[in-house]
Formats: sequence, structure tokens, C-alpha cells
Amino acid sequence: MDPAGDDARRRRRRDCLVVSLAVGVIGVTFGVFAEAAGFDLPRIVVMSALVFTGASQFAAVGVIDDGGTGGAAVGSALLLATRNALYGPVVRKSLPDSTLPRLGAAHLVIDETTAMAVAQPDHRSGWDAFWFTGVTLWICWNLGSLAGAALGAVLSTPETWGLDAAFPAIFVALLATHLRTPAGRVASIIAAAIALGAVPVTAAGVPILLAVVAVLPALYVRHRWPSDREEPLGGESGAQP
Amino acid sequence: MIVLAAGSYALKVLGVTTLGSVVERRLGPLVSLLPVVLFSALIVVMTFETAGELVLDARAVGVGVGALAVWRKAPLLVVVLAAMSVTACLRLVT
Repeated sequence: MDPAGDDARRRRRRDCLVVSLAVGVIGVTFGVFAEAAGFDLPRIVVMSALVFTGASQFAAVGVIDDGGTGGAAVGSALLLATRNALYGPVVRKSLPDSTLPRLGAAHLVIDETTAMAVAQPDHRSGWDAFWFTGVTLWICWNLGSLAGAALGAVLSTPETWGLDAAFPAIFVALLATHLRTPAGRVASIIAAAIALGAVPVTAAGVPILLAVVAVLPALYVRHRWPSDREEPLGGESGAQP
Repeated sequence: MIVLAAGSYALKVLGVTTLGSVVERRLGPLVSLLPVVLFSALIVVMTFETAGELVLDARAVGVGVGALAVWRKAPLLVVVLAAMSVTACLRLVT
């Protein structure tokens, strides 16, 4: 490995760790929240380890806490998890080719790992960012859940620390490379508008799925005004590993 | 909970296998635009949504400052700390 590559990898992994640590703190809140909703420690730990989709876990526990049925909890959680299926086509080229590693990697396909992978310049560094974020984030999320469930309400709310602003800011940073092309900017603006309009009138998780429609006008823009700017990962121009 | 774990894993596997290859074969050029739309929508929801309603609060200001830091090409850690500290300070004074 050349020194420049080593340096790039160090910087990339440092960014991955920032994301994972922030998720770990959210894991603590999840533990506190689930514990307060009446979930016992083993159930909280198993849920974080196996479901491993933050927003869905919060939704499921929230429904149960509000007195909803198990079916309703699973329904709203899976609606939120549906976007993970859409991340598949996006990260697929950065994942290993053989079946078993790919099925293992699938468990790590979530917002954060996908965003870290597609923010990289090629599939090789995309895979490095993906698995490094995935593994450290899984550990942080589970340790956080465990700590939250064990310590309970001793810990103050993450809102006090502004942690709820950390995640959108992280995704803005990871989105930035995709806004270099006119098509990317059009897609971004229209998707944001669709999501904003959908939030008050649809169930949680639906606004993000509806926003996918924004690829159509963006495709038109790309077709009509082709850009010679290099597209980041996910585009056809991405280097093969 | 087993249903939820199995369901969410199934969705992820579906994405990297069948759905992934079908989408790629049929809708190739579309795939490169998927991250932009998904993450743009995600950012908007995470910034302005609270319990199914749109709200404009300290969080949005913090994210705005974070976006400014991104635009100035600040490292990710700086972006995160800027967004968090602005939001936390605003909450402290309001």
C-alpha cells in the first residue's frame, strides 16, 4: 500500500469512527427508551444486534409504548426499513462478489454505511468505508443500547447535547460529493421538497420512499444537459475494485 | 421481534441480491441518482420532523451551520461538532 493510500485510508476510517461513535450515543438513548417502555435487557440487546436499523427499532418500541399491537409495531418498523432495500442497488458494486460475505454484509446495509460507501471515490475504498463503518457502528450501537438499558434514565437526553442535529449534518457532508452535477442538484432539491410535503400527511418512512420519484426529472436533466463532471460512486464511471 | 429481525434482514438481502441486479439491469442510470434522492429526503426528515409534524427549531439552525461547514470543506468531525454545539447552545438560551 502506498503512503498516499495509507493516509487516505486513515482519514476515511477516522470519519467512519465519528459516525459510529455518534450512533453509539443514540444507541444509549434507544436502550433508555426501550427500557422505559417495558422491554427487558435481553430483548433490548437481541433487538439491537439482530434488527440493527435504528429508526425502525425506535418506531417499534414507540408503538408498543403507546399501547399498539405487535403487528402494528412490526408494520411501522418495516415501513421504515424498506429504504434499506433501496440502498442495496446503490452499494452492491462495493460489496464482495461471493455469496456468504455478501449475505453477511447485507446485515450492515443501513443509512450510515451506505452513505459512507458512496461518498468514496471508488468501489475499493467504498468497501473499506462500508465494512469499517458497519462493524464499528454495530459494536457502538449494541454497547450503547446495553449501557442505556442498564443505566436507564440516569443519563440525560441527547437533545441537550444537540445530537439530533449531528445526523442530518453527517448526511449533508456525505451528500456533498453528489451535488457536483446539475442532475444531482435537481434530484436533491426535488427529493427534499417531496419529503417535506409528505411528512405531515404520510406515515413515518413513507416520505423517503416517495422521494425516489425525484430521480425521473433528474434523469431528464442529465439526458438533456450532459455533464462532463465526474460522478461519485453509484455512477457508471466508478472504478472497479 | 423475530418477525421484525427477519423482515428487516430480508429487506436488506433483497436489496443486495435480486432487487439490486434487477434494478441495475433495467434501470442502470437511475441507480447513480438513488443516493442523492434518498439522502436528501432523509436529511429533510431528520432536520424538520418531530412526531409526524414539520417543526423549525434549534436543530434546523445547527444543521444549517453544519452545512456551512461542509461547504467550507471542514472535516466531518468539525461538521458534527459545529452542528451539535450550535443546537445545544441555542437550546440552552431559549
